[in-house]
Amino acid sequence: MDAGQLAVQAEAVHKAFYDKQTRITQQALKAVDLQIPGGSLTALVGPDGAGKTTLLRLMAGLMQANSGVLEVLGIDVGRDPQAVQDRISYMPQRFGLYEDLSVQENLDLYADLHGIPKARRDERYRRLLHMTDLARFTDRAAGKLSGGMKQKLGLACTLVRSPDLLLLDEPTVGVDPLSRRELWQIIQQLIAEEQLSVIVSTAYLDEAGLCDRVYVLHEGELLAQGTPTELRRHADQRCFIAVPAAGQNALQLQARLIDADQLIVDAVPHGGAVRFVTQPDLAQIQLSELLRGASVRAAEPQLEDGFMVLLRARLGAVHVEVDALQQELKQEQPPSGRAASGGSEVVIEVRDLVRTFGDFTAVASTSFDVRRGEIFGLLGPNGAGKTTTFRMLCGLLPSTSGFLQVAGVNLRTARASARRRIGYVSQKFALYGNLTVRENLRFFGGAYGLHGKQLKSRIASVLEQFDLQGQEHTRSGELPGGFKQRLAMAAGLIHEPEILFLDEPTSGADPLARRAFWRRITALAESGTTIIITTHFMEEAEYCDRILIQDAGKRLAMGTPQQVREQVQPVREAGQPILSMEETFIGIVERSRNGQHDGRGALA
Amino acid sequence: MSETLVGGFWRRLLSLVRKETRQLLRDKSNLLIGIGLPIVLIFIFGYGVSLDVRNIRLAVVLDDHAPAASDFVSGLTLSRYFQPLPAASLHQAKQMMRDGEAEGIVHLASDFSRQLSAGQAQVQLIVSGTEAPRAGPIVNYMNALVEQWQQKRADRQGLSEGGGARIQLIERIWFNDANTSTWFLVPGLIVLIMTLVGTFLTALVMAREWERGTLEALFVTPVRPTEVLLAKVTPYFAVGMLGLVLCMLAGRLLFDVPINGSLLVLLLASMLYLLVALGIGLLISSATKNQFLASQIAILASFLPALMLSGFVFDLRNLPVGIQVISYALPATYFIELIRTLFLAGNFWPLIIKDCLILGAYALVLLSLARYLTRKRLD
Amino acid sequence: MNWLMAFVYRLINICSKELLAVLKDPSSRVILVVPPLMQSLLFGYAASYDLTDAPYAVLDQSNSLHSRELIARIDGTGVFHRIATLHSSDQIAAVIGNGEALLAIQIPADFDARLNLQQVSPIQMILDGRNSATANTAAGHIGAIVASYNQRLDPDSGPLIQVVSRAWFNDNLQTRWIILPGMIAALSMIQTMMLTALSVAREREQGTFDQLLVTPHTPLEILISKAVPSILIGLVQSTLVLLVSLFWFQIPMAGSLATLYAGLLMFTIASVGIGLSISALSANMQQAMLYTFVLIMPLMLLSGLATPVENMPDILQTATYLNPLRFSIHLVREVYLEGAQLADVVPDLIPLIIISVVTLPLAAWLFRHRLV
Repeated sequence: MDAGQLAVQAEAVHKAFYDKQTRITQQALKAVDLQIPGGSLTALVGPDGAGKTTLLRLMAGLMQANSGVLEVLGIDVGRDPQAVQDRISYMPQRFGLYEDLSVQENLDLYADLHGIPKARRDERYRRLLHMTDLARFTDRAAGKLSGGMKQKLGLACTLVRSPDLLLLDEPTVGVDPLSRRELWQIIQQLIAEEQLSVIVSTAYLDEAGLCDRVYVLHEGELLAQGTPTELRRHADQRCFIAVPAAGQNALQLQARLIDADQLIVDAVPHGGAVRFVTQPDLAQIQLSELLRGASVRAAEPQLEDGFMVLLRARLGAVHVEVDALQQELKQEQPPSGRAASGGSEVVIEVRDLVRTFGDFTAVASTSFDVRRGEIFGLLGPNGAGKTTTFRMLCGLLPSTSGFLQVAGVNLRTARASARRRIGYVSQKFALYGNLTVRENLRFFGGAYGLHGKQLKSRIASVLEQFDLQGQEHTRSGELPGGFKQRLAMAAGLIHEPEILFLDEPTSGADPLARRAFWRRITALAESGTTIIITTHFMEEAEYCDRILIQDAGKRLAMGTPQQVREQVQPVREAGQPILSMEETFIGIVERSRNGQHDGRGALA
Repeated sequence: MSETLVGGFWRRLLSLVRKETRQLLRDKSNLLIGIGLPIVLIFIFGYGVSLDVRNIRLAVVLDDHAPAASDFVSGLTLSRYFQPLPAASLHQAKQMMRDGEAEGIVHLASDFSRQLSAGQAQVQLIVSGTEAPRAGPIVNYMNALVEQWQQKRADRQGLSEGGGARIQLIERIWFNDANTSTWFLVPGLIVLIMTLVGTFLTALVMAREWERGTLEALFVTPVRPTEVLLAKVTPYFAVGMLGLVLCMLAGRLLFDVPINGSLLVLLLASMLYLLVALGIGLLISSATKNQFLASQIAILASFLPALMLSGFVFDLRNLPVGIQVISYALPATYFIELIRTLFLAGNFWPLIIKDCLILGAYALVLLSLARYLTRKRLD
Repeated sequence: MNWLMAFVYRLINICSKELLAVLKDPSSRVILVVPPLMQSLLFGYAASYDLTDAPYAVLDQSNSLHSRELIARIDGTGVFHRIATLHSSDQIAAVIGNGEALLAIQIPADFDARLNLQQVSPIQMILDGRNSATANTAAGHIGAIVASYNQRLDPDSGPLIQVVSRAWFNDNLQTRWIILPGMIAALSMIQTMMLTALSVAREREQGTFDQLLVTPHTPLEILISKAVPSILIGLVQSTLVLLVSLFWFQIPMAGSLATLYAGLLMFTIASVGIGLSISALSANMQQAMLYTFVLIMPLMLLSGLATPVENMPDILQTATYLNPLRFSIHLVREVYLEGAQLADVVPDLIPLIIISVVTLPLAAWLFRHRLV
């Protein structure tokens, strides 16, 4: 299509949903105006619940706006959705592959529906299967593919024809960095070859950085728009990197900075240093007080920095009651703390752990130790064996062979009461949706043997710590996303466990909520709780004391983030930027897959 | 888009039908409901469920040992309905009944033959009302048996020669030569099976698509809602017709049920009802979009009424008027009437045309309603 | 003791969570209360073998005093109502075949003459056998009318034997009297089983099951927590049907409530045992639902609820020994209608106990070995 024509034009588009059960009308989109030019790659970014999916569904004609005009490819989509649907391709967030049909059959179905002539198909299939690396699996049932492969097949089904406009709704959600990069390569390749107009929604800001234009949505409103460069400029002159003075801990510095929300917009650990964004009118004296001798240099603003500035301007700070959290726990736990983590007690011990399912090896001979008060990260691509390892540690899955001890016992075989020492927060929101917040907490408290006064006081304190006051009587299923995540944490911590297991706790959360989450985690570790965590956000590995990278069940690397980074980037030339954790991760996994891994990775 | 709209319609429909058929064949639970359960039902209704009262275990208490009394008992023994069990006393007989060994007691008092000679005798019959469906026929059979026995005695004594004015009732049961409930249950079963496949299974499968979100991607293609519905209906239509064929074969080969009406009309009528059942199924699924709710509603609103209120087991003529109104609102009621007539009675056109028109109207209304409710919309 | 207290605390905790989770869902609340009420009312009226309204046709070629009187007697029963008076035997086929009349009575021209000559005078009754059960009942009624007419015709014709019949426990032999007590057990079984079968699958699908397994609750406690609410709900549903039976249909209850509930409790435990086994066997809600459905059908049909077990061939009668519903229906009827004592229903209780003793540990075993 012509680059001059508008792909999408929205004027005061408004969309509300009415929930029959709660009788609450939720405003999903509030007077959104946008003009997306044709022939470009456009990103819609924003946290969960920002209205990205609703907007894409409106464009695809799957929903109708309550008011306003929405034109797609020059057609009023509210009036004639079929005319739009005949010309666009759309990949929903949860692509509904027919799981009992094979890869080929799924592709054929969409090719037939889109009316691709047989003659053109072969060529198209060959290209798509090659790009998605699915050629080997054409006969496999779609349900038996891994998460990343399913996502790629969904994309392939969407792309069986070259549409006038391509809509992609979070195509990379729940996909590991490697698959993520591959998916983007496919998209970019197609854009280059076929001059596609693409609108993609994403929660990853690095992906938005690859687009021509970015629209930032927040709670149904358009917060900002522009090219990535324009958005970055919001944080111009305000980005710095601080390297802590010798003997100082980067994470403690990061904690100090992020707690000072009057002065600092954002702070994240970054390769042994701290990257931070300041408020516009910051006095130098105030800053140096916080830095305590750390050396500071200016840094190039990134898209995320600009985004954080925008969000903070809109929302104010999300303050975490760290003191309450720490004091509460310190009374109960032996005062070991992270500072002492070096040689202290081992609480999790894993030796030669193996798990096979039939002839498939999910975890191949893995060994590691976790010490008290440590934050230990398990990273790896989809299907790497993270979840399997995790489930074995929690006693949810028996191991095939090997030795395993958590808090001195194997939870699989130990008495049920031994589980009182661990807390578990699963990936998906896994509390009882039709019970209220308080009922959920009361149940989990009771399950861990708390009752009476003690239970009451624990419920009161987790409600406070996790900022859930005022929501006690809301059904947990009706809470907004961020609250659900905090409730899950509160339930996992109600019995003050020694060890906390967190399975991808931050996926789908907005950056502000993620900062608050990690602040709580570091505070917990500070007071002696051991934390084991899996995550898809590789930058979050920076918060971990040590990380373990797995692929195809094998251990590829283990050590502090810095040690792992050095495996890929042993020496950093002056002026060369610090390798991001994501790049490190991809480097390590690729090296291992290319068979160049020399075994040096394992740092005991 | 140079191709004609019609060409696109057939291509997309064919492709979707192929997809539905594959899914149907690959999901074992579908086959379990669509083919396994009908076979189980045929056996249960063919062999297990019966309204014919036979093998009645009667405790016989003979307090009179005169020849007339033992003659009566031998009459009882010869009957194809009764299984007399001797009991020493009324007390013992009652115990037998409590223990479930006997379901009724026949008592001939010590003065039976004396009274018989005097022209006025009594046979005492006790049955248990806890099995009312059996107790009623038992009383009827006993009355008929006594009547017969009396007649035989009269004949033997030569009393029947001009033996007085008497009406003789000659019974002829049409359309069920074997006088067995199997003959009316097996054709009726077709209704159950079609409701099962058309409504329950289809509602479940369609609701699954809504629930799993597979329709979202499908909708944003040139596909039309009519095509999605037609494609969904086609394979389940075939499964429903397979159920019909199974029932017809089992009826013919295992239970000797005749097919007296036109086979063509039978097929056409079944197709009409199957369309009605599919219409209800699609309607339920598009209204609920949730598998659990869809299955509950399909059972409560469609399957159970077809079992209990359609005349399948319980004759509509026995119902109070209020319930009859509900029964006559059910399409299954008309199909039961129709299918039984076509199997057992023959081509009675007024009934066939009336029922077909009603079913046709239901099919039209339900399918259009399902089409109206299935829009390519998520809000 | 301390240990016991903790156990009890945890049980109360987890069971109350389960109950809350079921009762707080408005749609499941509706599903738990409305269907048993609706069905017991509807089927209480609908499930009837008692002929109340039989349309019939008459072809009276005699048109005499006797024939008119006989017809008047048939009309006078209130059960039969004449929908057509025919004029030729050709009309019979249509009136029966089209389902307008259940039976047709043909009285020949010489009917009166033969009776006056003191001869046997045949009349013909043609019945629609498409529902042979109804046909036979109607035939019985007409037979009785003719017999009593015969007696009036000639009071001295040979000895007369009268069958004096008495029905225990259900004087008027009403089907409703046996269907409703049967439904006290049957209706609650459908949902008790479905609810238990879905309980674990639902938690697994919603991801809460892992969360539950990492708590100190033992599999046994989880099992009990799944069973207890279902048992309670089953008993409440039975109570609803019992109330309908007692107060709406006013069927008097002969036995004691305590015995009835003892039996129902045992039955519900047995159904919950079966439901839990299904639950442990199925990977998702859909499977659980289908398995339950496929199982409930034969259980209901071969239980004696609507058609007597004694009507079945011997092999199938034996097969029903595996069916908890068969015993519970029998038990409820005995207690409700016959006033049986606890000792009398022991033969029905034992199979229920056996089924529970087999299925509950089986479910526990399956839990331990399939999941986790």
